[in-house]
Amino acid sequence: MSEFPLLSSIVFLPLVGAILLYLFPGFGPRQDPESRAVRAFSMVVTLITFVLSLLLWGGFNPQNTGYQFVENKIWLPSFGITYHVGLDGISLFLVLLTTFLMPIVVLASNSVEKKVRGYLASMLVLQSAMLGTLVALDMFLFYIFWELMLAPMYFIIGVWGGKRRIYAALKFVLYTVFGSVLMLVGIFYLVWAYYQQHGVVTFGLESLARFNGLSVQEEVWLFAAFALAFCIKVPVFPFHTWLPDAHVEAPTGGSVVLAGVMLKMGLYGLIRLAYPLFPRAAELFTPYLAGLAVIGVVYGAMVAWAQKDIKKLVAYSSVSHLGYCVLGFVAFNTVSAAGSIYQMLNHGISTGALFLLVGVLYDRRHTREISEYGGLAARVPIFAFLFLVFTLSSIALPLTNGFIGEFLILAGSFQELPGFTIVAVAGVVLGAVYMLTLYMKTMYGEIDEAKNGALTDVSMRELVTFAPLLALVFIMGIYPKPFLNALEPTIKNYIRVVEERRQMLKSSAPMRTRQVAEDQAADEKISSVSDKSKTALDALIVKRSKV
Amino acid sequence: MNQAAISATIWPIAFFPLLGALLAYVLGRKERDWAGIIATAASALSFLWVVKLVWALPEAHYFEDQLFQWISLADLKVDFTFRVDQLSAVMCMVVTGVGTLIHLYSTAYMHEDEGRHRFFAYLNLFMFSMLLLVLGGNLMVLFIGWEGVGLCSYLLIGFWFKNLAYAAAGRKAFVVNRIGDAGFLLGIFLLLHLVGTTDFVALQPAIMSGNVALGTDFYTLVALCLFVGACGKSAQIPLFVWLPDAMAGPTPVSALIHAATMVTAGVYMLARMGFLFVLAPAALAVVLVVAVATAFVAATTALTQYDIKKVLAYSTVSQLGFMFMAAAAGAFWVAIFHVVTHAFFKACLFLGAGSVIHGCHHEQDMRHMGGLYKKMPITCITYGVSVLAIAGIFFFSGYQSKHAILGALEHWHNPHLKEWIEYILILVKFTAFLTAFYMTRSFVMTFLGEYRGHAHPHESPWPMTVPLIVLAVLGAFGGLALSGSLGFSLEHYLAALNFGAAAEHHHESIAAALINSWTGLLGVGLAFVMYTQLKELPGMFLRLVPPLSKLLSGKYYFDELYGAIIVRPLEGLAAFLWKVVDQGMIDGMVNGTAAFVDATGELRRITQTGQLRYYALMLFGATVFFIIFYYVL
Repeated sequence: MSEFPLLSSIVFLPLVGAILLYLFPGFGPRQDPESRAVRAFSMVVTLITFVLSLLLWGGFNPQNTGYQFVENKIWLPSFGITYHVGLDGISLFLVLLTTFLMPIVVLASNSVEKKVRGYLASMLVLQSAMLGTLVALDMFLFYIFWELMLAPMYFIIGVWGGKRRIYAALKFVLYTVFGSVLMLVGIFYLVWAYYQQHGVVTFGLESLARFNGLSVQEEVWLFAAFALAFCIKVPVFPFHTWLPDAHVEAPTGGSVVLAGVMLKMGLYGLIRLAYPLFPRAAELFTPYLAGLAVIGVVYGAMVAWAQKDIKKLVAYSSVSHLGYCVLGFVAFNTVSAAGSIYQMLNHGISTGALFLLVGVLYDRRHTREISEYGGLAARVPIFAFLFLVFTLSSIALPLTNGFIGEFLILAGSFQELPGFTIVAVAGVVLGAVYMLTLYMKTMYGEIDEAKNGALTDVSMRELVTFAPLLALVFIMGIYPKPFLNALEPTIKNYIRVVEERRQMLKSSAPMRTRQVAEDQAADEKISSVSDKSKTALDALIVKRSKV
Repeated sequence: MNQAAISATIWPIAFFPLLGALLAYVLGRKERDWAGIIATAASALSFLWVVKLVWALPEAHYFEDQLFQWISLADLKVDFTFRVDQLSAVMCMVVTGVGTLIHLYSTAYMHEDEGRHRFFAYLNLFMFSMLLLVLGGNLMVLFIGWEGVGLCSYLLIGFWFKNLAYAAAGRKAFVVNRIGDAGFLLGIFLLLHLVGTTDFVALQPAIMSGNVALGTDFYTLVALCLFVGACGKSAQIPLFVWLPDAMAGPTPVSALIHAATMVTAGVYMLARMGFLFVLAPAALAVVLVVAVATAFVAATTALTQYDIKKVLAYSTVSQLGFMFMAAAAGAFWVAIFHVVTHAFFKACLFLGAGSVIHGCHHEQDMRHMGGLYKKMPITCITYGVSVLAIAGIFFFSGYQSKHAILGALEHWHNPHLKEWIEYILILVKFTAFLTAFYMTRSFVMTFLGEYRGHAHPHESPWPMTVPLIVLAVLGAFGGLALSGSLGFSLEHYLAALNFGAAAEHHHESIAAALINSWTGLLGVGLAFVMYTQLKELPGMFLRLVPPLSKLLSGKYYFDELYGAIIVRPLEGLAAFLWKVVDQGMIDGMVNGTAAFVDATGELRRITQTGQLRYYALMLFGATVFFIIFYYVL
């Protein structure tokens, strides 16, 4: 391919930006680390990334259901590892969400007071890692990017966080690593099994997603390993307790990225890896995943209601909202799955905005206790207006983006999993309860002059931060067509492929299962051992000769 | 809507108030008085556009305006479509007509409020949402309006948000409505799942043809889900508790949203989906029971209220029950008839109450009023006319619609509740009597006798009295005008709402009509006598049966009951889930694991000295150990 590697440019531009931030003499150590130059440079980098990603949308052909903007280069040939990236309708919008949120995060970095350069560099590295995860079509590459997301977020929470930042950062990392180590084992097992049958070592997702040599038993174990990693990331109840701590301690920008993009990586992993690779196990796990998702919807909402810290409330609301997304995806029809993707975007926008709003308050008062506020609507009307709009988006009022997502998820899921969906509908009521209670307690009532009398309304810079989010709330709520049009063919095709593969695997007993069964039968006979090693040797020889 | 479509430009009806809301807020920030003018003008323009369309609407046709495709995904297609058929036409006339009058009234009522730009923006936004609700060509667009009016109601109830109790009332309204909306949503999901559309034009033949392999149970289920939604919006038992609290909002809001328009949305929705409800007799029986119970409970509660707005609030709940009774009997046009006449006289009553409150310097307790007929004659007369109308006395408008409701119940042909209908009718007539009684009570306490307050009551300015007069005239003659006596018959106009049921035609003499008004006459007469002449009697009655009087003045303790069995247990559960389950159990396990690893790590640390010699020794020792292990043992 002689084409311009657009996708790679988008993925690595922020990383290059981060390196330049350190190398470029203008930002050198002698400079004031809080200089405007650092922020301006990061702003330029993220904006260019965003503009480039818009080119992706422009060049994306929704009718082409395969991967687009594909780049496939051999990377580590002896391990069958390739640099293989591509984009479909699902990853397209998550990439756009990431590139869209980053300039906003940079803009919101004004509240970061120390080591701005390190903070923004971490953000840029994080952006590259997230984008890489979203476009990787090689399991090894995916895993590298997946793990690479951890380090910068660890620093963002651990260095620029609140009082209990070390605890929160460690908890975040340990939780995630625990899951991803299992996933790594799973990846190796899968690659080994593939090698057993085909005699080729490959981490290529497309090859592995056509692999038919796993027994149902193996699928179940592998799916469980992958799903655990992803469920922790989402987070699905009961793997969620790292989230409130991480959010409360993280700086505003960290929370925005965490809620806006990183949580989606868990569900994206389920979509991109777990379901296509292990379709039969996915089917078996559906009631459990749907059950946990629905518990998450109700549980997250209930616990959010009990919170006394604004940020923690919003964090638990994420558990609830992501529950909807998981439900929509595992219900597995076009409407619900599209709703799930759409809701992931919505959640990035509305919850991202809510975290920014909390940040605005925190910058001024240095507290997030709900009881410290009250009656603010009279003092800061523009803030109150913004807060109201994003609250309404969060509780899915029609003509805001949240409604489209929630409606599609519920309407779609209702056809597949009516029982679960009816319970999830309770979340529609509970969402209104906790968000409106928060709104009432902070915005309405008499203002405490001593505490909040001097509060100033949102500044021009803050307004610029919110404006694009505000616009999207209404655009995506009133005219979702461009988004849904680009999503629909991909999702239809995705579901068809997974279901066909599931049928195919069910109807034909996989070859390697037979082989394993034979192996077991022959286990007592010592002679077969040499046979087995012989086949393995043969396979090795074949592979060597191919290389 | 089984008629022919004509394409027309409908969107300006909804667009004017939307634009008005934006302009009223933005320009009103600079110059507060502009807000009211802009909002009133927007509402009036919308009314004119409605008149223009309704004038041109031919019989057995409807206007259609396809704007754009809102949602399109796989089989799910939702168009953003407006339609004006006869039903929507009637609703639009009421919403924009009464709405404009109330906007005009508000310009004076809110004259001194610092936040009136916000007020008028919300009010216009409400008009926009309400018009989406009645113009929507499918359940989804209707639902946009449905939730939109809920939002505006929330914002306007809590308009004076510095008072936290008012803000809480707004939240309560929104949350209780959301419970209804959840049921509504489930109904939509069921329809989408089994019929595949929510478009009224497509839905009606699909349902009525009966060829959908769905069965009565399906119809009953969908109808009940939708009715749950209607219970929320139209304040029926068990979801009516928000409406009395909603009186925290400015009085014009109570008149427009919580009496004339929004709360009738549930009735409208039932009429709109009537073709489904008539196929679900069991659901209609449920509707009847709920409606009669609500009408009775609310009417008895209204007997003991002293806050003039609370009396009207419970009266509204009760009258909504009457509307649902008609719908339950399958007489949807009658339900809409009562929606219309109720909009006239109840808006007039609320605006009259507002005028009194305005005149008495924010006094709402009727015990501190009295004798206002001298100071506020126009308010007094218009209020009195409306009392006669709601009491159902011939020829006032309430008589025609209430009489039609009773007629519909007498022809109850639903197999369910057939043997009970006579007793139900007695209860309904008793409720009608109570209506006349408590409304007359409020009139006497407010306007007759001697003034008991300390303010200096004065008549309101013309922007407030003109709407009162217009509404009183409509409340007086509107019923006659719509019942065919003057050449226009609402029944005929809404013929499309007769789903299979044959229309009853009955003409009655004036004498018969007067006799039929006996419940109303009795209620008015008795209350008049009791509250002007035998003033000790009401108190004696209540003292005779203390538990009853306690029950009534305690409003049947619905709020206390819900607090005890729903709200507080849920709050407790929330705290439990957070403190015990989340922090205690789940996080306890997580941190416990960490602590365990940490502790055992301490043990292992003993071996990790970091000294090379030590490691070398260990390595050597281990090697020796393994060599011995393999080769020696």
